[in-house]
Amino acid sequence: MAMLEVEDLNVRFYTEDGVVKATNDLSYQIEAGERFGIVGESGAGKSVTSLSLLRLIDSPGVIESGEIRFKGQNLLELSDEEMRQIRGNEISMIFQDAETALNPAYTVGEQIAEAVRYHLDMDEEEARERSIELLEDVGIPDAAERYSDYPHQFSGGMQQRAVIAMALSCDPDLILADEPTTALDVTIEAQILTLLEEIAEKFDTAIQFITHDLGVVAEFCDRVMVMYAGHPVEIGTVEEIYYDPQHPYTVGLMSSIPRIGDDSERLQTIPGRMPDLIEMPPGCNFHPRCPYAEEICTQLSPELVDVETGQEAAPDDRNQHAAACLAHTGELAGSLDYEVTVRDELEATATDGSGTTEGEIDE
Amino acid sequence: MTTEQTHQHAKRGRISIDGFDAESIEKREPLSDWQPSLESEEGKGRLYYAWKRFKSNRLALFGAAVIVIMTLMTIFSRPITVAGVPVQPISLAPYDPAAQDVLTGYSSPSAEHLFGTDWAGRDILSRIMYGARWSLSIGFIAVGVAMLIGVPLGAIAGYFGGWVDELIMRVVDLLYAFPFIVLAIAIIAVLGRGYWEMVMALVLTGWLAYARIIRGEILSVKENEYVTAAKALGATDRKIISRHILPNAMAPVIVQATLSVGTVVLAAAALGFIGLGLSPASAEWGVMLNVANANGAIRLGYWWAAIFPGLAIFMFVLSINLLGDGVRDAFDPQGSTSQNREGGGL
Amino acid sequence: MSSNEPLIRAENLKKHYQNESDFIDRLLGRQQWVKAVDGISLEIEEGETLGLVGESGCGKSTVGRTLLQLHEPTDGTVYFKGEDITEYSSNELRELRQEMQLIFQNPQSSLNPRLTVNDIIGEALDIHGLEEGQSRDERIKELLELVGLSASHANRYPHEFSGGQLQRIGIARALAVEPDFIVCDEPVSALDVSVQAQILNLLKDLQEEFGITYLFIAHDLSVVEHIADRIAVMYLGEIVEVGTPEELFAPPQHPYTEALLSAVPEPDPGWNPERIILEGTVPSPLDPPSGCKFHTRCPKVIPPADLEFEQEEWRAVRSFATRVESGDLPLGSLREEYDVSDASEFDEAIREEHDIPARLSDPEAEEILSETIQALEQGSFERANDAIGDAFETPCTVHEPELQQVEGTEIACHLYDSRYQDGSVDESAASGQPTAAVSESDD
Repeated sequence: MAMLEVEDLNVRFYTEDGVVKATNDLSYQIEAGERFGIVGESGAGKSVTSLSLLRLIDSPGVIESGEIRFKGQNLLELSDEEMRQIRGNEISMIFQDAETALNPAYTVGEQIAEAVRYHLDMDEEEARERSIELLEDVGIPDAAERYSDYPHQFSGGMQQRAVIAMALSCDPDLILADEPTTALDVTIEAQILTLLEEIAEKFDTAIQFITHDLGVVAEFCDRVMVMYAGHPVEIGTVEEIYYDPQHPYTVGLMSSIPRIGDDSERLQTIPGRMPDLIEMPPGCNFHPRCPYAEEICTQLSPELVDVETGQEAAPDDRNQHAAACLAHTGELAGSLDYEVTVRDELEATATDGSGTTEGEIDE
Repeated sequence: MTTEQTHQHAKRGRISIDGFDAESIEKREPLSDWQPSLESEEGKGRLYYAWKRFKSNRLALFGAAVIVIMTLMTIFSRPITVAGVPVQPISLAPYDPAAQDVLTGYSSPSAEHLFGTDWAGRDILSRIMYGARWSLSIGFIAVGVAMLIGVPLGAIAGYFGGWVDELIMRVVDLLYAFPFIVLAIAIIAVLGRGYWEMVMALVLTGWLAYARIIRGEILSVKENEYVTAAKALGATDRKIISRHILPNAMAPVIVQATLSVGTVVLAAAALGFIGLGLSPASAEWGVMLNVANANGAIRLGYWWAAIFPGLAIFMFVLSINLLGDGVRDAFDPQGSTSQNREGGGL
Repeated sequence: MSSNEPLIRAENLKKHYQNESDFIDRLLGRQQWVKAVDGISLEIEEGETLGLVGESGCGKSTVGRTLLQLHEPTDGTVYFKGEDITEYSSNELRELRQEMQLIFQNPQSSLNPRLTVNDIIGEALDIHGLEEGQSRDERIKELLELVGLSASHANRYPHEFSGGQLQRIGIARALAVEPDFIVCDEPVSALDVSVQAQILNLLKDLQEEFGITYLFIAHDLSVVEHIADRIAVMYLGEIVEVGTPEELFAPPQHPYTEALLSAVPEPDPGWNPERIILEGTVPSPLDPPSGCKFHTRCPKVIPPADLEFEQEEWRAVRSFATRVESGDLPLGSLREEYDVSDASEFDEAIREEHDIPARLSDPEAEEILSETIQALEQGSFERANDAIGDAFETPCTVHEPELQQVEGTEIACHLYDSRYQDGSVDESAASGQPTAAVSESDD
């Protein structure tokens, strides 16, 4: 049993314009201590996934069906009081915008101490000491002095550190990080990622890391799920996803990022844009943007299948590389015709990139 | 996958992907008849959506209906002649609002006089219908003129900043230091009683709010990049203010204006009630209340002389507030559908 | 305009802003100046793309707007096609707007929500009286198709478009006047990955078709590397390095460029280099550090000539020295935390707190340091300051580095200046002509 098991999660928003299908039959699992990445463009349903884990979906949103089991317990069946105990105590969250995540009217220390007091049942003095310890843990210099600073006295990177300290306050088993470095400069981003890595190791905390930045995922995560229009389209280890992508969307995404050191003139792009989650294309949602799409793709909506066997994916198999594309079930007449080249370092330095090793592509 | 690929290294740009042929998609026939929503929808402005939201707000529609009915009733209550030429011949009011009949003074509501009569035997229903001409017109005119003064001054202060801003806003602060009604009383004390004097007093105290609101709004609108874009295209300041800034800053002003028509009508009634309004003979609602009060109508049991004018004021102000709230919700849809949609980049 | 004159050239451009101050402050003359751009010089050839990168707050957007004369420069000159445009009258500037344009970061806020696409693009044509009536509508449709939108979109309002489409409209508006020079201010940073690639390709295509010159401002090095012919790296209002992407990303590099590049995550799970993690954040432009503005965070600060240091040791001592000078040392809480009872324990506590080794490798430095700590122990910041004196002074805090040719790129760093390599802080050194340490300049 994995620590977190999400099974067939469907979240809907009932709006005036129609029903927004934010996530569709979403299943994945996170082990204790694992770093799990969720990648996708805006509108892919990434943030909704995090919010539903904490049951923070507000009206008009509804968790329509599915199960979210945390340590074997279905979170969707807990009472509000039990859920409050889980939030912060066992699962906590880090947001993109640290500035708005902190209350400007209280000092940073007070806010952390409050979280500590609430969950750990400590008196004021103990909570203060614990908060200073936490601020030190996240690398804030002179923590005892900075305890009584207000959020606006912190720089952007320091604010994000404070938010992380707050998330750590009760030693959670799972941290949901929602684009935690997107608003930061690269040099600060590197600091925060290093910090998160240290924390994950030191406290053996699992992290669900949501981002649109493929570089950050490659650096930080063990396993990755790629989402498109509310659907999971590919799940695998980072190596599999980056060296051997098996869903056309992942391939398109990978080929449209500019890479330093790559001297190609034009970027390969995915034409068009992600569909509105209210009115999605029939069949495979990606077919209007997919160069490999055929007639059949407009009729069948593909399930996540093992890319080797074509059998239905098993979420509990952590070594499985699964993709939701008809190419892997044999229903597509053509093949996914692309080539991933990984230049080997030795050869590349010797022959300046002309020698190539090709990652194999199965059809 | 070979092991060389996964070992740690420090070189960038190792991975390259070929063959994701996006152009083939543009060349091929669409596989399904599915189209992104934009292609199938007519272009409509934000006013269209504001109107759509307003239409679905029943309370606001009720308010608007009451105001329209009141306005129509007062227009058609007595004939209107301009320079001897009758432009509106209809007379809905059952009696001449000025016709006195002392014998029937303070007769209670009956089939003959639906709302009863006042001390001079004048029909209260007719007086309320006709008196709305003063109450309502003061409200609309005073607000309109106040906007005409406040909006340009606030716009200039907000757009240009610097000493112009300091000057205008310090005057506003100065006038704000006086309680509104005290200032109005002082102005009337200087100018004397009368219709235009009252409008003047209400305008002089009313423009402050518009100047402040529009200035604040402009300060935030002018930070928008489309203003810089217009400057980069070489647009003149006048063009930028009138085309890019004012239209985007007006929504809160319009809401404020709608709501303050009610406040102004109340203020006019209050001034009338304390005897600083129009002449006691006029049928302005506040004046009617004042006269009834001065004669002790309620104490003597002639409740209708005070209740009906009061009710008219109440209905009008309530309706205008409902309308104002509706206008605000229409312009600023909190929790509207567009905001609940996940993501916007698509 | 002579044939070798670049399309646009800025000389010692400065833009200082008044810090937000109220009326009273202004009356009393208590103003603070934000040095957003502090003396930069650059040139861009016709048809070239110059990338401008730096962290937020380094002044890169201000450079773009000051070049366009949307902000009046505090000092310096801008030559466009050989003419000094800082001297232009407002009428001449209005004419100039046909030749230089701007594309914005945020497509939502850069288009007026109350105007249709037709009005937005048409505005450019109207202001300069370029097209009228039938041909105006034709031109707008042509522009829309040029940027990859359908001509039928002309009568729609901005809120009906997605971010990528809005950015295309913004580009069409800039193209309407057929400019020679466009400042692209972070045009893709608000967009999704796949849309970002579409816009980058579009900008490249347009450049090829119309020979437009770009100043491409961005914080994302991988995007800039892809699109730019040359890149300028900015830090706190100054350019610290300029060169082609190949030159810039290979040694010799400015320590800041090196750190910035190292921080960019690579979309490759096997990538695992030695990361340079810069400490702290960018200092405030209200009160920038003296000398080289990067010295407060620089991992390669030059140690003084007469002392021998390990780089790490030196950085620790250097930051301790700065704090002694500013008197910013919370000694009370330090004593409490380390449970200090005597002088030697105090010494240990100070060293541990500031990552200074128990004994410095240089005996002379060790003597100065322990004397300073003793003074602190006795509670006298004054004597501590006397003890430390200028022993730990570096040329980086004293002299401002200038851009100089180093193997092709231009770098502003004392590391590449032979006069400072031994850590000399001789005042006279600064007045002489800069000489390149690594290679001769080739102009």
